[in-house]
Amino acid sequence: MSGQSAQQPSASPAAPASASAPPDAPVLRLESLTRVHGSGATEVHALRGIDLDVRPGELVAVMGPSGSGKSTLLTIAGGLDLPTSGRVIVEGTDLTTATRKEIAALRRRSIGYVFQDYNLIPALTAAENVALPRELDGIGARKARREALAALEETGLAELADRFPDEMSGGQQQRVAIARALVGDRRLVLADEPTGALDSETGDTVLALLRSRCDAGAAGILVTHEPRFAAWADRVVFLRDGSVVDMTLRSSAESLLTGGAAQ
Amino acid sequence: MSIRHGLLALLERGPRYGFQLRTEFESRTGSTWPLNVGQVYTTLSRLERDGLVVPAGEDDAGHALYAITEGGRDELRQWFASPVDRANPPRNELAIKLAMAVGSPDVDVRAVIQAQRVHTIRAMQDYTRLKGQALEAAAGEPGTPDRDDVAWQLVLDQLIFQAEAEARWLDHCETRLVRLNALSPRPEADDAPAPVPADEEAESAAEEDGGLRGALRRTRARR
Ligand SMILES: Nc1ncnc2c1ncn2[C@@H]1O[C@H](COP(=O)(O)OP(=O)(O)OP(=O)(O)O)[C@@H](O)[C@H]1O
Ligand SMILES: [Mg+2]
Repeated sequence: MSGQSAQQPSASPAAPASASAPPDAPVLRLESLTRVHGSGATEVHALRGIDLDVRPGELVAVMGPSGSGKSTLLTIAGGLDLPTSGRVIVEGTDLTTATRKEIAALRRRSIGYVFQDYNLIPALTAAENVALPRELDGIGARKARREALAALEETGLAELADRFPDEMSGGQQQRVAIARALVGDRRLVLADEPTGALDSETGDTVLALLRSRCDAGAAGILVTHEPRFAAWADRVVFLRDGSVVDMTLRSSAESLLTGGAAQ
Repeated sequence: MSIRHGLLALLERGPRYGFQLRTEFESRTGSTWPLNVGQVYTTLSRLERDGLVVPAGEDDAGHALYAITEGGRDELRQWFASPVDRANPPRNELAIKLAMAVGSPDVDVRAVIQAQRVHTIRAMQDYTRLKGQALEAAAGEPGTPDRDDVAWQLVLDQLIFQAEAEARWLDHCETRLVRLNALSPRPEADDAPAPVPADEEAESAAEEDGGLRGALRRTRARR
């Protein structure tokens, strides 16, 4: 799988294809999405017709058994893979018809992606890893570093900014990867098991951070096996064998905990 | 839930009257266990009968005060020192329901599991939203955190962890049932529709079924 590192820095930013959209328009729209891996006898239907909208301010959790298509869905939403059929629209741009350059620009500017295996660049420090996408985007090195330090601070790693990935624990590397996905003004944050290496308290911190980004107007998808982290989402989507089998909405206040419980 | 011990713990801070106990109990547990004032007075009179509290006069406004006794302090120490009994009947309804569903050929066990999963995760979403609010409120207040706020956060965490255990168990059940191929009412394959097994036949039918029902039966028999 290609990481942020594989992106080509482009001299001039590609013009975004999106026209002016209504403020509540979905940041991400998946339409009748299918993905077939391989062909013939080894054919795997990883996704079988997924429809999903994620609007500004919304955090959607995707759960499902191993092999149900969660990562496939996320990589397609993030422009790292293309569907076999169907459409993927990010901020008004259809990734199935966009040029590579347009997709690269969108990934750099609008999409934050947390990989299941972190995907940090070993030769760069934590701060440099986090600053990289912003520098590629053409903002000055000093500003990029300032933003990177702020993002690391948010994930509780301010003191480790100048360490290299192999000098950090798994959970710390994971938080660097999260900081990298959140740095700058990302409209769409996609996170594949971002809490796998974190204890529950640190996991909560990270989820609260993701939640607050969405509350501030970003759209997010969180893939997780952990119900306690999925519970931070507005909607939980259940995948099985490449199809959405069920969905929860956050209920309104009529739970057992109303009546002055929330102060 | 031990209201008795909750009240003793509050009285250990000093004499209190009934309504005050109720208010403090609720603010400590975030109204997760709403008490009515009648319950408080009934509990207080039992505690008095058992010598764990004594009447302690009135405050300026004429409220009847209660104070903890030495016996009450012993009782409280013992409560904090001993683990809570794990036998918790209400939760078992789910285990019984699933066991019954697995044993009933016409029931779509996966649908039973999924319905419960959605219900459980939805409750977790509610708890988590409250927790998010609590954490945010705490972050907004400078200085040392209020103990009641911390207590409330811990209570919410407990509810979340408990629901999580249930959700994980459901995942585990589904995965295992998939592996044992014991899920849907009947496989839609073209083998003969299974009759509802008579009791003696059930054992052998269960063996073909991947052994799950037989295993359940054996487990039950062993108890
Ligand atoms: N490059 C590939 N080539 C062939 N099959 C693939 C490929 N990538 C994924 N698959 C298959 O597609 C299906 C969905 O895989 P995916 O990685 O999306 O699952 P997942 O839900 O993320 O699982 P996990 O929880 O284990 O991460 C699986 O059956 C997987 O084997
Ligand atoms: Mg995956």
